[in-house]
Amino acid sequence: MLKYIKQHLTSISGIEIYPLISFIIFFLFFVIAAWLVLKADKEHIRKMSNLPLDNEGIIE
Amino acid sequence: MSSTMNDHLERFSYDNIIVRNFIAATVIFGVIGMLVGLTIALQLVFPILNFADFATFGRLRPLHTNAVIFAFAGNGIFAGMYYSFQRLCKTRMYSDTLSKINFWGWQLIILSAVATLPLGITTSKEYAELEWPIDIAITLIWVVFGWNMFGTILKRREKHLYVAIWFYIATFVTVAVLHIVNSFEIPVSLFKSYSWYAGVQDALVQWWYGHNAVAFFLTTPFLGLMYYFVPKAANRPVYSYKLSIIHFWALIFIYIWAGPHHLLYTSLPDWAQSLGVVFSIMVLAPSWGGMLNGLLTLRGAWDKVREDPVLKFMVVAITAYGMVTFEGPMLSLKNVNAIAHFTDWVVAHVHMGGLGWNGFLLFGIFYYLIPKMYDTKLYSLKLANFHFWIGSMGILFYALPMYWAGFVQSAMWKEFTIDGVLAYPNFLETVTQLKYMYFLRAVGGLLYIIGTIVMAYNLIKTALAGKFIANEAAEAHALTQENSVHSGEHWHRWIERRPIQMLVFSLIVILIGGLVEMIPTFLVKSNIPTISSVKPYTPLELEGRDLYIREGCNNCHSQMVRPFRSEKVRYGEYSKAGEFVYDHPFLWGSKRTGPDLHRIGGKYPDSWHYNHMLDPELTSANSIMPAYAFLLENKLDISKTVNKISAMRTIGVPYPEGYEAMATNDLKKQADAIAANMLKDNIHVTSDKEIIALIAYLQRLGTDIKAKPDTLIQKEQ
Repeated sequence: MLKYIKQHLTSISGIEIYPLISFIIFFLFFVIAAWLVLKADKEHIRKMSNLPLDNEGIIE
Repeated sequence: MSSTMNDHLERFSYDNIIVRNFIAATVIFGVIGMLVGLTIALQLVFPILNFADFATFGRLRPLHTNAVIFAFAGNGIFAGMYYSFQRLCKTRMYSDTLSKINFWGWQLIILSAVATLPLGITTSKEYAELEWPIDIAITLIWVVFGWNMFGTILKRREKHLYVAIWFYIATFVTVAVLHIVNSFEIPVSLFKSYSWYAGVQDALVQWWYGHNAVAFFLTTPFLGLMYYFVPKAANRPVYSYKLSIIHFWALIFIYIWAGPHHLLYTSLPDWAQSLGVVFSIMVLAPSWGGMLNGLLTLRGAWDKVREDPVLKFMVVAITAYGMVTFEGPMLSLKNVNAIAHFTDWVVAHVHMGGLGWNGFLLFGIFYYLIPKMYDTKLYSLKLANFHFWIGSMGILFYALPMYWAGFVQSAMWKEFTIDGVLAYPNFLETVTQLKYMYFLRAVGGLLYIIGTIVMAYNLIKTALAGKFIANEAAEAHALTQENSVHSGEHWHRWIERRPIQMLVFSLIVILIGGLVEMIPTFLVKSNIPTISSVKPYTPLELEGRDLYIREGCNNCHSQMVRPFRSEKVRYGEYSKAGEFVYDHPFLWGSKRTGPDLHRIGGKYPDSWHYNHMLDPELTSANSIMPAYAFLLENKLDISKTVNKISAMRTIGVPYPEGYEAMATNDLKKQADAIAANMLKDNIHVTSDKEIIALIAYLQRLGTDIKAKPDTLIQKEQ
């Protein structure tokens, strides 16, 4: 019965590269995102994180 | 604001009516959905509560899941999003009309679910049970919601999009993709359709959907709400905004890949299972990043947590989020999954998420919003604290017995005696063992519902004491149309100002995962390991299969024998991918409250099934299965049989051309044979009853690979 599974795996050419591609895509994506975030402008980040805390223009 | 600047200020108001309406709908449907949950929990202890054909466990369980996911959590996220969206964008929603269509359309969809699911009108695919006309309605309302959201973003007065809004955008775009892809189905009639996909592919698409319904309906919108309401309630900014950026991109990117962990040890190709496991482990990182970010926002404010019920609920919610996002990756390890899958452990897991994370976060938000929108104080702090404690107890009383039940049952399934035979060969023994656990679980659910009702009372009293601010006046500067990009500008700053690009980027990020998993699995279709003896269902079996779907048998019975010694001994040969090629939709199930049925065909005589459906206790003492006596009375509706055969051929099932002309005749012949067979056991039943079709289907299940070459030739003749 194992041949059914084997047949899957051999019938798609280059199947073994799929997990590898997934890993590389993820790894690059994560590293680039982390690097860009780490070198972000501090003042801007402070402003962004305070966005929900201003009074939202509400007239008291 | 200085008076000289007032000329440039624009005056507008925030729409609180839509927020209040969604909160009301959340609470009302929440209580109803939870009561249905309590009912089905009690049905497992007292089967007598399956009192009518529309109120059996199999029909009510989808009603419960749909109600709590789409009516309770769904209305809740709309309430929170409509509130925070306007304020973060410093503008009223783009269109009040669209807001109203969103609200009433969503409620109509919920009511149509209430009207159809108990009648057995269902696709059988979990959390996507609603039939095709309702699927279309959901798509339209979702588009209205997106239209309103992007309209609002485009007319905003705040240049930068706060992280909560990205989570909302990702929610919108991903839910749209998931819903459309998973809902490809061919209509047979107004209330019946077949999934376009079959077997393994259908399972992969369904659990890609099912898993990401959790990710993008019960996680990302709630994280958006967390990033807005926790800082609001604690009156301090989020712990780390940088972390929230990484949290967002990593979470939406990784989550989408993890679907296959729902199909470990099934007939899904091995590589896809492994991919699902790896990404499930990785999703722990962004999840815990987000959880810690939420909790650490309260640094220096823990004294407030002791006093303020809003923060109490939020802290428990975020802690529950941390617990389930640790448990989830652990459950997706193959060795843990081998124990937990198909048991109540998974039920405990989802309820930690649903009751703890989703429920408590919404309760916290409502306790924050209602006094604010009614310009008053909460009616009773005492009642809110009571709600907090009884709700927390409810979660524990629910989850602990279910974890226990999961371990116990799994251990019993797998135990062999010293002689090498199953210690508990009768599946029912492993079920009756759990009755007390099921009862305790129902008590937990009851406590939680009492808490929710107390909250409803408290919020109504608060509203009555205050004065509703239907339109909250506000002013802000208009957004100047400066598009000049400073050189060296931070990339994220760039994207924060461009919602459409944000949408496109999010879409690309979530599509990568889906495509890498699906394309190969769909390529498999052209050269699927066809097993020559696997043939399409006969017309009578097909009708029987549709009854199996109508009664929701898949809510308690799997059709997937995993390749374990304990399962091969108990059920028979393990299930192969090639056996499901004509299964539109797949019916593998996700929980075994009853035994697996994939190899049930030929195990018992027809008369056994007849008696079992009449009253399960006739054949299996102490069974908790509902009685299906009405199947013995109801006449089988064969008016659609011909359409069903045509529809099946359209989606690739090889019925010969022109077979429609013979279908009804073949159906009757097979039905007569079964009725005649039962007469031998002294059972008098006419061949036109529903029970005959169901027996035909059950007796066919899993038998194709057993067919010997000579019987095959006979079949073909």
